[in-house]
Amino acid sequence: MSVQSLKQTRAREGSPWTGLWAVVAKEMADSLTSTRMFILELLIVLTAAGTVYGATQTLQETVGQDRFVFLKLFTTGRDPIPAFIGFLGFLVPLLAIALAFDSVNGEFHQRTISKVLAQPIYRDALLFGKFLAGLFTLALALTTIWLLIMGMGIIGLGLPPSGEEVARSLWFLLATIFYGGIWLALAMVFSIIFRQPATAALASIAVWLFFTVFWGILADLAAQSIIPARLSEPETIIAQAELAKTLTRFSPNTLYAEATLALLNPAVRSLGVVLPVQLFGAVLGTPLPLSQSLVLVWPHFTGLIAATILLFAVGYVIFQRREIRA
Amino acid sequence: MANNNVVIKSRGLTKKYGDFTAVDHLNLTVNRGEVFGLLGPNGSGKTTTILMLLGLTEPTAGSVEVLGLDPARQPLSVKARVGYLPDQVGFYDGLTARENLGYIARLNGLPRAEANERIQRVLSQVGLSEVANKRVGTFSRGMRQRLGVAEVLLKQPELIIMDEPTLGLDPEGAREFLELIVQLKSEGITMLLSSHLLHQVQAVCDRVGLFHRGQMVLEGTVPELAQKVLGGAYRILVEANGTGNLEEVFRRINGVVNINRAGQDRYELEAKKDLRPEVARSIVEAGGKLLSLNIELPSLDEVYARYFKKEVDHVGAVA
Repeated sequence: MSVQSLKQTRAREGSPWTGLWAVVAKEMADSLTSTRMFILELLIVLTAAGTVYGATQTLQETVGQDRFVFLKLFTTGRDPIPAFIGFLGFLVPLLAIALAFDSVNGEFHQRTISKVLAQPIYRDALLFGKFLAGLFTLALALTTIWLLIMGMGIIGLGLPPSGEEVARSLWFLLATIFYGGIWLALAMVFSIIFRQPATAALASIAVWLFFTVFWGILADLAAQSIIPARLSEPETIIAQAELAKTLTRFSPNTLYAEATLALLNPAVRSLGVVLPVQLFGAVLGTPLPLSQSLVLVWPHFTGLIAATILLFAVGYVIFQRREIRA
Repeated sequence: MANNNVVIKSRGLTKKYGDFTAVDHLNLTVNRGEVFGLLGPNGSGKTTTILMLLGLTEPTAGSVEVLGLDPARQPLSVKARVGYLPDQVGFYDGLTARENLGYIARLNGLPRAEANERIQRVLSQVGLSEVANKRVGTFSRGMRQRLGVAEVLLKQPELIIMDEPTLGLDPEGAREFLELIVQLKSEGITMLLSSHLLHQVQAVCDRVGLFHRGQMVLEGTVPELAQKVLGGAYRILVEANGTGNLEEVFRRINGVVNINRAGQDRYELEAKKDLRPEVARSIVEAGGKLLSLNIELPSLDEVYARYFKKEVDHVGAVA
């Protein structure tokens, strides 16, 4: 056997991404025209409009006193309406799950999978195309809302955002998209594992609920049992608090909440446990420059992206091994 | 590419799922321009064979070549040239017929202008031009099946593989579908179709292969199979009366394999060839009156029924 034919027998022919953009275009068109997405987007737009309107009402009184009044649009609530980021924390997972929970099992359900894979593409292109399409749709929806909020802010507050405000809120937008990416990848994994779309949707929502409601409690309980706090030894109290903090960061919700906190609030200088003694000499309330805030949230970004890649990889392996016939 | 005339060639092709052997040392050869029928009960390995031919599942052992290519290593080239119509093909119900075809065209990398032209052509070829812009969700079973064929034709394949293509079609739909197959055959496209609707297979296939427990137990043209399984390939129906024992007379004719008495003056002869002239002559020579004489080509149904009955008997005897 010649060297060339040896090579031929080992390597798969062609690029694994052949047909990727055809899948992306089709899936995006599907999502953007679906009733499901219309309802969710409407919900988010209404939320954005409501919360930002509330925020501008509050902020109008203090406009001019604050350097970062635009960022407050996202974080200020007005009784009884909570702040916009409070809503995003659960609307984004919902949107992402809605985009992906039936992406793979839907193809099996509609009996289109064998036909699509009989076209000259690899499975890689189908799966990655679906994920990219979800991410692009998410990015498109969130960017639209971001623009809407900025526009409402300019009208409501009567002044344009500063360069740093735009930069910080763009980073916030990016963090939100990556946060959505995790839930997108999770819902996709479940859509590969479970044959029924409803099961996949429920499983995704269960995981989300677990992290939203129970993970904080569990992290505290675990920290208490691993490092019991003793009043006679103050360092155990600190160690316990730090452990609890570390454990909560396994939840994407915590990562996202901390990242947005530091990005939208330049005065935040640390996301860990801070002792009063460490603040000695610090000028409280002085904003950090963007670069320093980014250093603060860099691990969070890395964590969000790593979790997304990990979940996608898990889904990829399962999907590659799945037999096409039901 | 060893032989340009061989479209599918498998040697010792085997697929195992755990302990279960779905396809067992399959040797299959399909020539260019041929319509080959895969027959067999459900679960006999037909679909698994098809999936291996397309590179959608990897063989456990053995080799397979489709159009001179290895589907496991060169799946893109194989899939670009082979059209596959799966068992109960599905569509994106929310999209129109044209949009469904458009997606397939893009997956095949067709440039837009050419795709549009081809879509137009295949839609008229299968008679769906008028409903091209209707959502597929509203289509009947027969229309969906024809849309499936349109999808397959879109890539202008050299080989078309169809899994149970007429299953669930009403008789009229099935007849139209078979006409379509005959028309494609006249265009020189090689076809492999699996089915258990035997009279339909018999109507369109040049050769058939009978699958049983993952093995191709019989292969050949329908008369050849009949020869092997039924002993005689031709069935001659005679209605005659007369003096003497006609059964004895028939038995003396060279080539008669079996004789059944079907009624008072009726006889059923199984023969290796068309023996009507000899039968007529011997009746007259024996002084009998020939009332009618008909020949019936053996049907695949009979071959199938007889073969599997034998198998069951055999298995029963062993057990």
